[in-house]
Amino acid sequence: MKQFEILSPGPLTLIQDYGRYGYQKSGVPVSGSMDSFSYKISNILLENNEDEGVLEFTMLGPKIKFRSQCTIAITGGESSPKLNGKPVPLWETIRVSPQDELSFGIMTKGCRGYIAFAGGIDVPKVMGSRSTYMKGKIGGFEGRQLKAGDILKLKNSEFFPEDKKLPQNYIPLYSNHYELNVILGPQDDYFTSAGIDTFLSGEYTVTNECDRMGIRLEGDEIEHVSGGDILSDGIVPGSIQVPGQGKPIIMMADCQTTGGYAKIATVVSSDLKKLAQAKPGDTLSFKKVTVEQGQKIFKENIKLMERIKSEISLKKDSSGTTFRVSVNSKIYNIEVFEL
Amino acid sequence: MGVIKIYKETRYMSSGDRALVIEFGNKISEEVNSKVRSMTIAIEKEGIEGVIEITPTYRSLTVHYDPMNISYSSLIEHFESLENKLGKIDIPLPEIIEIPTFYGGDQGPDIANVAQHNAISVDEVINIHTSKEYLIYMLGFTPGFPYLGGMDEKIATPRLETPRTKIKKGSVGIAGSQTGIYPTESPGGWQIIGKTPVDLYNAYSDSPILLDSGNYIKFVPVNWDEYKKIEKAVKENRYKIKKYPKEERLI
Repeated sequence: MKQFEILSPGPLTLIQDYGRYGYQKSGVPVSGSMDSFSYKISNILLENNEDEGVLEFTMLGPKIKFRSQCTIAITGGESSPKLNGKPVPLWETIRVSPQDELSFGIMTKGCRGYIAFAGGIDVPKVMGSRSTYMKGKIGGFEGRQLKAGDILKLKNSEFFPEDKKLPQNYIPLYSNHYELNVILGPQDDYFTSAGIDTFLSGEYTVTNECDRMGIRLEGDEIEHVSGGDILSDGIVPGSIQVPGQGKPIIMMADCQTTGGYAKIATVVSSDLKKLAQAKPGDTLSFKKVTVEQGQKIFKENIKLMERIKSEISLKKDSSGTTFRVSVNSKIYNIEVFEL
Repeated sequence: MGVIKIYKETRYMSSGDRALVIEFGNKISEEVNSKVRSMTIAIEKEGIEGVIEITPTYRSLTVHYDPMNISYSSLIEHFESLENKLGKIDIPLPEIIEIPTFYGGDQGPDIANVAQHNAISVDEVINIHTSKEYLIYMLGFTPGFPYLGGMDEKIATPRLETPRTKIKKGSVGIAGSQTGIYPTESPGGWQIIGKTPVDLYNAYSDSPILLDSGNYIKFVPVNWDEYKKIEKAVKENRYKIKKYPKEERLI
């Protein structure tokens, strides 16, 4: 049985997967990886099932000692990973041996990182998912964040995937400012037109109250017609609630399923991965799109993911170089091999 | 008193690119909530491709869907035609679920507060609390937590001035004119009057959540022996919850 040990967990390291669906009607949040792009890529690089659990860490990665040979992939924010003290790359497979130690530096760009293990982490699904839901004490490893001394098992002990990497042009760029596409509503009629203008034209700063449940923002007060309280109704990850004091809160993966503040808008699902990488002090601005535009972005993202997946699996041992070429405003990836 | 609780025209609103809201009204009312329940059941029965799950609340439903399968506008069309034929769809009667409850003692340390606040006896508190069927308007806040309606004002009591840091799972309480049950151990300021040995939330059971919104619960007083027996049966996974259709009992 392949195993690894957590020597130190960092501030918050959790097992997360695709999320827990089907129980929102019962008050159980979806949970799941905050940055779904980095999560998916980490599993794709290792040829894992796409719903395998991975480690999600915030701001500083865990220190891990491997007890067996295996292959891993690290994705997400710039976390300066090191194997036995030597830097190793993000966004590609890494082979590790027994006694190897994986450590991280403080995140220099972005906020969250992901470590996937070939074969997947061996923890049971609870209510259909391996995601840790800390408040509900379920999923992941004993329903809690990892701590020093935890020993985790891997599922498939005989599986060694081939070396793979994410082509450079697909690696996300993290910055200190993110523009997010939002769809107004469902309660945009609770705000004055001046309030909506403030929201769409202003710049908002991520405060220290920023976790897997939600992100509180600081910035110009958004004006309500008459108060921010509503009769509690459904909320989704991405819902932007504005309580009476006028400062928005963006709901994230572990958010409650219902809430009592008016929601001015919803961040499109494809942009939640950007928010997952926003840290306190970073700034956000909001761009209004229609539902149709939001769904177009969603579909383009699905297609992009399929393209990335096929490129990764094609690129097994290719020694070629990829160029990104723009012709008549269409972008092509061209691979060149030495003969 | 002539207040219109259900909108003349149902409102459809987007909640991002992957969810929409169907809103029937803007008030807490049994009538509106009953429509929420009917529509939820109708959508589930219809099995529309692309619909992932539904969050029903007091007066609306949030429908989570996959835009790869169905667009916002065609989903709304679907729901509008479903709403028009709602009267013809066979919607089962709501159920009453019995919640066996031990009142007072260590399990209900605040029952004397409630009695004193309302100038009635502890027995009267129990009688009043167990005499009603409470509508489960929605579940939320924490897994399996029911928002109940219909408590008698005669036992309404303000929250504790200093909330407790730990309230046991299964505790039955009163906060203002609301009553409720804690599905998990958590902090809280409710006046705790009793405790049920039944699991409202057990992630490791085949059906992790006991209650459904739109149904009703009825508290049934049990003595300590009965409580312990039920507790044991629940642990051994052989306790059978008593439930029956709401109308049947009225006959």
